Amino acid sequence: MNGAEQVAIEARKQDIRSRWLLSAPALVIIFVAAIGPLFVMLLYSFMVKGDYGDVKPWEFSLDGWTSVFFQRDIFDDTLGLADAHISIIWRSIQLSFFTTILTLILGFPTAYFIATRPPHTREIWVFLVTIPFWTNLLIRTFAMQQVIRNEGLLNNALIWLGIIKSPLQIIYTDTANLLGMTYVYLPLMVLPLYASIEKLDFRLVEAGYDLYATRFQVLRKIVIPLVKPGIIAGSILVFIPSLGAYVIPRVLGGGKNMMLGNLIEMQFGAGRNWPLGAAMSITLMIIVMVALIVYVRNASRGGSGHV
Amino acid sequence: MKSKWITTTAMAAVAALAFANSASAAGELNIYNWGDYTSPELIKKFEKEFDVKVTVTDYDSNDTALAKVRAGGHGFDIVVPSANYVQIWVKEGLIEEARPDQMENFKNVDPRWVDVPWDPGRHYTVPWQWGLTGIGVNTAVYKGDINTSAIFLDPPPELVGKINVAPEMNDVLFAAIKYFGGDWCTTDKEVLRKVRDKLVEAKTKWLAMDYSVTEKLPSGDYAGVYYWNGAIMRSRLKNPDVKMGYPKEGFPYFMDSAALLKDAKNPENAKLFMNFIMDPENAAMISAFAKYANGIKGSDKFLPEEMKTAPELVVPPEYEKAGEFLLSCEPETQQLYTRIWTELQK
Amino acid sequence: MFRSRFDIKSQPGFGFITLFTFFALYLPIGALVVYSFNDAESLSQWGGFSGRWFVAAWQNSAVQDAAIRSLIIALWAASLATVAALMAALATTRTAPYRGQTLKYAMINQPLMVPEIVTAVALLIVFSRIKVWTGYSGLGYLVLAHTAFCIPFAYLPIRARLESMDLTLERAAADLYASRWQTFRHVTLPLLRPAVIAGFMLAFVISLDDVVITEFVKSGGQDTLPTYMLGQLRRETTPEINAIATVFLALSTVLVVIFFFINRKKQ
Repeated sequence: MNGAEQVAIEARKQDIRSRWLLSAPALVIIFVAAIGPLFVMLLYSFMVKGDYGDVKPWEFSLDGWTSVFFQRDIFDDTLGLADAHISIIWRSIQLSFFTTILTLILGFPTAYFIATRPPHTREIWVFLVTIPFWTNLLIRTFAMQQVIRNEGLLNNALIWLGIIKSPLQIIYTDTANLLGMTYVYLPLMVLPLYASIEKLDFRLVEAGYDLYATRFQVLRKIVIPLVKPGIIAGSILVFIPSLGAYVIPRVLGGGKNMMLGNLIEMQFGAGRNWPLGAAMSITLMIIVMVALIVYVRNASRGGSGHV
Repeated sequence: MKSKWITTTAMAAVAALAFANSASAAGELNIYNWGDYTSPELIKKFEKEFDVKVTVTDYDSNDTALAKVRAGGHGFDIVVPSANYVQIWVKEGLIEEARPDQMENFKNVDPRWVDVPWDPGRHYTVPWQWGLTGIGVNTAVYKGDINTSAIFLDPPPELVGKINVAPEMNDVLFAAIKYFGGDWCTTDKEVLRKVRDKLVEAKTKWLAMDYSVTEKLPSGDYAGVYYWNGAIMRSRLKNPDVKMGYPKEGFPYFMDSAALLKDAKNPENAKLFMNFIMDPENAAMISAFAKYANGIKGSDKFLPEEMKTAPELVVPPEYEKAGEFLLSCEPETQQLYTRIWTELQK
Repeated sequence: MFRSRFDIKSQPGFGFITLFTFFALYLPIGALVVYSFNDAESLSQWGGFSGRWFVAAWQNSAVQDAAIRSLIIALWAASLATVAALMAALATTRTAPYRGQTLKYAMINQPLMVPEIVTAVALLIVFSRIKVWTGYSGLGYLVLAHTAFCIPFAYLPIRARLESMDLTLERAAADLYASRWQTFRHVTLPLLRPAVIAGFMLAFVISLDDVVITEFVKSGGQDTLPTYMLGQLRRETTPEINAIATVFLALSTVLVVIFFFINRKKQ
């Protein structure tokens, strides 16, 4: 008896050991090319910046971190808030938030509509959402650029319809960033929403109607609470990449409407301030972590179980 | 069986691709240059003549190039920094003393560009192109005086919201400092405060700080630009309404020069290239593509007719004095300028 | 007959919004494809139908090089990622929870949770140092970086398949004294094949699409098709860029369609 138990424990240990061995390649690759560098970057954020970029190795300072939020005034040397950085960070958060809302407004009805089709047509609709999702982000951004530019499809159509007389200035504005991100990240909202609406038990909806609820009441009181985990998952999936957007503002923002991703890049290029860039990157990661924690907490409270 | 077939095909594909990538040419050359600046014909000619496979990678500002190369492991052989940055590259030990002045074609270099302050006697660099940063306006939109920096610093109402400014710190600050009567590299806080306030205010009236002028100025997306003259000429060739203005308050000249990087993998090919571009016919190819002057004697006769008399390339005598070469300032001054520039980015 | 009944599933206006969504999703891509057949020099006007920009793109050596480089990197990265992900999936499924398993999940999915720009600059810092130390600045860095962020994409379908797979066949093999390797090779792997192919293709598309990390990691002369396009986009764009994008689009659509059918067969 005791011996058999011993053997079983040994076998289990052996099994776990071989499981570590099996997962080693993936873990090592991800450590070397994704996680490890983040720690190096954390270290860099505490070093002194070099004159033309890079850092002075092993000379430490908190300047990188303080200058994320504070700066000395150029002219009277007083310490004040770094409003340039703060306003870019704030704008990134705002834009990401509005992107999430917009994708939700479009994505929810779409996902609901798809989920209520008969199974075989459903598959085709989902497939049609997946295609843009797997299309190169840069290509989609470029496509958007061609639609919203002054002589683009949108302006030409509006002028042709007689709605406007001269082209609307959309490209190179925050609106362009917002439209671009909404367009690019919309599938990320539809897919998780669809997954959770598909599982919805429509007998509950039927019960609602039996109790004389209106369509809107059913939607608000029954459907939305039940698919909340899907809404949260979609929102997170849209919010996180929006916050770190780099390509979209670079192509659509015209170098003037920076977002956090571009601000970070600038510190490693023209800004010549790697520690600041490193500190900003970590700040971005912290914002993402906070968003994720909020998500996990909400999802686990969400009731319907599938996180 | 089928899986074997798939594996074999995949492996064959990988092998074929790997093979395809190892170029058949005898050598390689990696050029790191400004975007939209390198004539493809020139590269083809060089590849043919020396059996070298050339790759060109773009950058869009001196700082980007400097940052990338300083970081190390860049893999480039040739870089083309602007005059005011050459000294930094030398000081940082990033470029090699390739002695172009001892190369065969050096005799073709216009004497005006030999003893230049950033590289006296040309021990490091070979002239690539030179030009200036000026004003370009779509005269169908705005008909007033265009020979002033006010076009982008105090824009007339017709141009508000349709202006593009080159995202190059030194060029922009130069024009703004001159606009308030200061000297380049000034540390006068009174002037600099005005400069900052003006730029912050003016920026709200700009549309973009981008590089797509040759497309968007002719198309009407932009109506006014503060940008490099060659690009303004290319815009005019597409849309005759585009006119070049020379800011009377002051405008900067620039010269970009090709240099050999210290950790170049193909230094010999790089030197061949440096000598190659000092040949008048080849220099003319560079100019014919990007529409800037080149600094090589005798290249004129290989230039297209339209370039010899272009109003964008031949500075009118009355504005000649307003132009000044952009030089590198003291590090502290530069730091101050960088901070003004950063305030513009919010 | 059906219509007259009260449809409990429908909501007013949702069909219209769905139509709008699909219109919005496909209009820009459609316009991009149409304009790649534009004969004019610029994107501002329509100059008639022509395939000349496809020819121009095909003959552009920078485009050729970048396209081949993209494919090489994607093949390597997707292959390595699929192998690593398959092993990791075998190691993390069909077992009682053990210490470190959550850590493994977290690590494998880490590339999905960190904004790309952050990973990109972190890699810039580390790889540029390593490039100087070792003197090697080849494609290996790009392959490694791509492999890392491809692993979670290859991992997801394989893990899902493993978890839904029934253990009877494997047990039967074991009962017939097959070794663990034999069982894996002749029983598990064939059953897993659709998921492995799906994972490989996802990884391949993800690698092919990457812009940000490549932009920061690449050395001289290592432009991939997306970074080449990014460089071109900010300057003068001719329909040549549309042509390149169209071909790219066609390629990834074909891959996604194949992926779709593999998945479908499985069900």
